[in-house]
Amino acid sequence: MDSEDEFNSSQVSEDEFMMDADSDAEDDYGVDHDDVGFESQHTDIKPAKHAYEVDFKVCSPEDIEAQQARQVADTSSLLEQPPEATAILFRHFRWNKERLIDKYMDNRDAVLEAAGLSEEAASSPPRIEKVPGFVCDICCDEDPEETFAMKCGHRFCVDCYKQYLRTKIKDEGEAARIRCPGDGCNKIVDSKSLNLLITGDLKERYDELLTRTYVDDKENLKWCPAPECVYAIDCKVRDKELMRVVPTVHCDCGHDFCFGCTLDDHQPAPCALVKKWLKKCADDSETANWISAHTKECPKCHSTIEKNGGCNHMTCRKCRHEFCWMCMGIWSEHGTSWYNCNRYEEKSGHEARDAQAKSRQALERYLHYYQRYANHEQSAKLDKDIYLKTEKKMQQLQNTTGMSWIEVQFLDSASQALQQCRRTLKWTYAFAYYLARNNLTQIFEDNQKDLEMAVENLSEMFEKPVDQLQGLKVEMMDKTAYCTKRRIILLDDTAVNLREGMLDLDVIHEREC
Amino acid sequence: MALPKRIIKETERLMAEPVKGISAVPHEDNLRYFDVTIDGPGQSPYEGGVFKLELFLPDDYPMTPPKIRFLTKIYHPNIDRLGRICLDVLKSNWSPALQIRTILLSIQALLGAPNPDDPLANDVAQKWKEDEKGAIETARQWTEQYAKP
Repeated sequence: MDSEDEFNSSQVSEDEFMMDADSDAEDDYGVDHDDVGFESQHTDIKPAKHAYEVDFKVCSPEDIEAQQARQVADTSSLLEQPPEATAILFRHFRWNKERLIDKYMDNRDAVLEAAGLSEEAASSPPRIEKVPGFVCDICCDEDPEETFAMKCGHRFCVDCYKQYLRTKIKDEGEAARIRCPGDGCNKIVDSKSLNLLITGDLKERYDELLTRTYVDDKENLKWCPAPECVYAIDCKVRDKELMRVVPTVHCDCGHDFCFGCTLDDHQPAPCALVKKWLKKCADDSETANWISAHTKECPKCHSTIEKNGGCNHMTCRKCRHEFCWMCMGIWSEHGTSWYNCNRYEEKSGHEARDAQAKSRQALERYLHYYQRYANHEQSAKLDKDIYLKTEKKMQQLQNTTGMSWIEVQFLDSASQALQQCRRTLKWTYAFAYYLARNNLTQIFEDNQKDLEMAVENLSEMFEKPVDQLQGLKVEMMDKTAYCTKRRIILLDDTAVNLREGMLDLDVIHEREC
Repeated sequence: MALPKRIIKETERLMAEPVKGISAVPHEDNLRYFDVTIDGPGQSPYEGGVFKLELFLPDDYPMTPPKIRFLTKIYHPNIDRLGRICLDVLKSNWSPALQIRTILLSIQALLGAPNPDDPLANDVAQKWKEDEKGAIETARQWTEQYAKP
């Protein structure tokens, strides 16, 4: 037990140390090497990078703003424009720096004009004015005190303009590309005009939306889809790589998701497969289950038949074939034993059942994978429920026996490992459904089996009475580590094969054909 | 809620200077709800037909576009079975400077120039692309059957 505690405490200090050293970047691992005794263990559990992991960075809202500011500052001097104007140009070009510089160098005036930054606009900044005899096209008020128009000349009263911007910003969530309210006018309302017209909470919302458009425009940035989460993830994986890589990322809020499709983590299955599988399950699984349970096929024409009466003498509506529901054999062989089947394994019945089994194979195959997929999903939920109950009891135990918080953390990590492994297992079944057989499938299935066994073992331990859990601590920690390891092996192996194109997935074929 | 000046003005002008082939009359008990008719444009399969529509001005009109729907059955790739209309100015290209009058003119123009590449009724659009003659004939028959005054 003593050694365990040491292990835990040294890991904590290590983590703290890593966090401190984080700012001076890549060198933390160099520092690790000094910490000899622990280092080897540490890499066993958590090596630097596995084949299934991708590089990514979590960005806070501040990071995102800093990134924008940095890009603007870098380019500002090159374009010889003040930072505000550079930011407008960037937004105009959807943060595509190469295109901006290209076009700008090519035709400076046209670019400035299009972004609403022409010389003329600079010399006569937008302003609110009163125009005698003016009638606003939006509210039909005559001679309003304040009117506004951009360079396009579509003039409206300030109240209507403000109301328009409010609708666009608050209701429609637009920011960088709000167009002039004039009919058919494509001029974008620039930030100078906006600053003149909007204030307070609207301005705040506008700035927030501007930051958002930055993330939306950048191909390497995506918002974490977890509710209320404010972080974005920076990842280099491109859409066209998604058949070969499954880019799972971990947000600082604790949510694991796929950078490709922003669904929950679905390693080892690639996005296209997941999409297809989910669609198939939504369409088919219930129907397939029902068909499998309630119907048989006509032995002659393979029409699907549901038996709705008591008599076993079936006549297929389609091909008029007469057969026996029980043995699937030809009815005429039943002689005079009407309405029941007491014959033992006549040849014709046997053959008919064989043929039936064959034609049902595709259905059964799908159900095989679906049931296992669904089972892991369900089990993960149950595991979690049990853990939550256990956690409560452990708290009581802590109070009565005076165990420290750190000593019961093994349950927490066991539960997390279990959730993670079940999620992986779940997707291995969807993966296997589309996987064409070759030499590597054997290895994949072995890995899948090993992980599944390890997971079931660990899951079983959770069901033990609480008072026994303490005695199981060491074993449980071992099992947790083993599960995690098996998962890594499976994912690593699959990721490598996927990347090398060694696996034959049906979805890939369909996409490429 | 008092009716905004804009709506009053528009209604007055619709009454005083009606557009040829188009009528829009507000309900007495709800001045935001209009009964609309549009004559099928000449040289189109809708020629000779009078199409009924309903039009409603939502609370935030003119910041948001009016809601318009065909009540008369019509065979057109951009109008579906429920009479809903796929037209850019009724959605993303709406501008508060547009009016009931201009929108109804746009709809009349849409009848004269169907756009099967941006369909709402997929089956109709499909037919329009594969067999334009046949589609136009069907549209003519529907006009004859459903849109005769």
